[in-house]
Amino acid sequence: MRVPTILRPLTGGQAEVSVEADTLQGVLDALEASHPGIRTRVLDDDGKLRRFVNVYVNDDDVRFADGLGTPTPAGTSVSIIPAVAGG
Amino acid sequence: MTSLLDRPAAQFGSALNLVCRECGTTYELGPSHVCEMCFGPLEVGYDRELQKRVTREVIESGPATMWRYGGLLPVAPIVDLNVGMTRLVPAPHLARELGMRSLWVKDDSGNPTHSFKDRVVSVAASAAKALGFEVLACASTGNLANAVAAAAANSGMRSVVLIPHDLEPGKVVTTAVYGGTLVAVRGSYDDVNRLCAEVAGEVPWAFVNVNVRPFYAEGSKTVGYEIAEQLGWRLPEQVVVPIASGSLLTKVDKAWRELGSLGLVDETPYRVFGAQSSGCAPVASAFRAGHEVVEPVRPSGIAKSLNIGNPADGPYALDVVRRTGGSIADVDDAEIVDGIRLLARTTGIFGETAGGVTIGTLRKLLASGELDPGAETVVLNTGDGLKTLDAVESVSRPTATIAPTLTAFREAGLFE
Repeated sequence: MRVPTILRPLTGGQAEVSVEADTLQGVLDALEASHPGIRTRVLDDDGKLRRFVNVYVNDDDVRFADGLGTPTPAGTSVSIIPAVAGG
Repeated sequence: MTSLLDRPAAQFGSALNLVCRECGTTYELGPSHVCEMCFGPLEVGYDRELQKRVTREVIESGPATMWRYGGLLPVAPIVDLNVGMTRLVPAPHLARELGMRSLWVKDDSGNPTHSFKDRVVSVAASAAKALGFEVLACASTGNLANAVAAAAANSGMRSVVLIPHDLEPGKVVTTAVYGGTLVAVRGSYDDVNRLCAEVAGEVPWAFVNVNVRPFYAEGSKTVGYEIAEQLGWRLPEQVVVPIASGSLLTKVDKAWRELGSLGLVDETPYRVFGAQSSGCAPVASAFRAGHEVVEPVRPSGIAKSLNIGNPADGPYALDVVRRTGGSIADVDDAEIVDGIRLLARTTGIFGETAGGVTIGTLRKLLASGELDPGAETVVLNTGDGLKTLDAVESVSRPTATIAPTLTAFREAGLFE
């Protein structure tokens, strides 16, 4: 998983971390176990993706896929990117 | 980069800190845009006491540019291309055609690079300079690209601009001509924006719509300030604003609330309406569905400057429209072209496709009864039609092509 700058304090500065899990939800759970604090930054109190977080599995926005249930087979890359404006 | 501690506070105007719009966590002024706690967007917070020093007299004695409102902005005018104080044009012929009582067009095509983006870039580039950056960068649907490349050229910064590869030729040329690095990305704007956010994490550049976005976004307030001042220090009853990221709409509202709370205008009620293209209408869809969150879409359609499928300020635009009793609608490509032509034919203003979206939506909201034809209304034309000529090329042809003789003139029926 590619770690955005604002979460790197939680990964000891690492820009990429690897975990094994079948779905995005599993990835976040595994990350929480190894790097406590990550899950609450990304998910709200109801366990849903926060509205200003974009998560991409293999470059596809998970809101176009199965959200937290999006499959993450071995070799999958996951990116967490804050929403940005522009135009 | 220089530490903020070395900088005189005056460079940051009346700005006090950065505040998360979602959870309220505060941060020092600096190049950051995301809350570390919840990923919410950061917004500039102000010193109210400093803002209260701004009076109508102070503003009116300032320059005839957006910097006359410098006391309400988060940075000093370090980069200044004489942006703003664009004309507010009365549109009686358009009003008559639409059955309206009073209609104005705020025409931001009159800015140096011919769109409202010069406003946000002036603030962003000034903040970039104040924060010690040497490179000004952005992801853009075109207008922002023009404004960033020009502001960088003017202020001696290097520019790096990322655009979708299929932008209108008129917006590619008008960026590349200023020099700087222009990167065409094979993807949609949302793909470009995402790449930009990732690149921003790797390089010490000021991305106007990423790490200096809190400053950038404040520049849009000046559209609202100007409308109020140009109306004689009062607010209109209705305004129609095009929605791409949703930032402009929320900042016009913020400007009017600030003016009201500072006593610079009476706090009269107004309704804010949003305009989108049917090819990219995630905020309009969320409005109709009663949702508070905006589902991203994959954009299509000719209004490329508005084609942001994942609008960052969409939720806040919904909040403003609902709070003020407005509405959001969308129009298809044919209605956009009709809107461009209607505006041009009745006001002499040639707007870009986004202007066509706004005029088309104005017409649609009048037809549905959501917009009151008897209330004073301002519509925003945010960019110049010369940048999107291809949209109207096929329907904007000579009336006749004739030989240079009086007979030919007569035979073509031109005396009738």
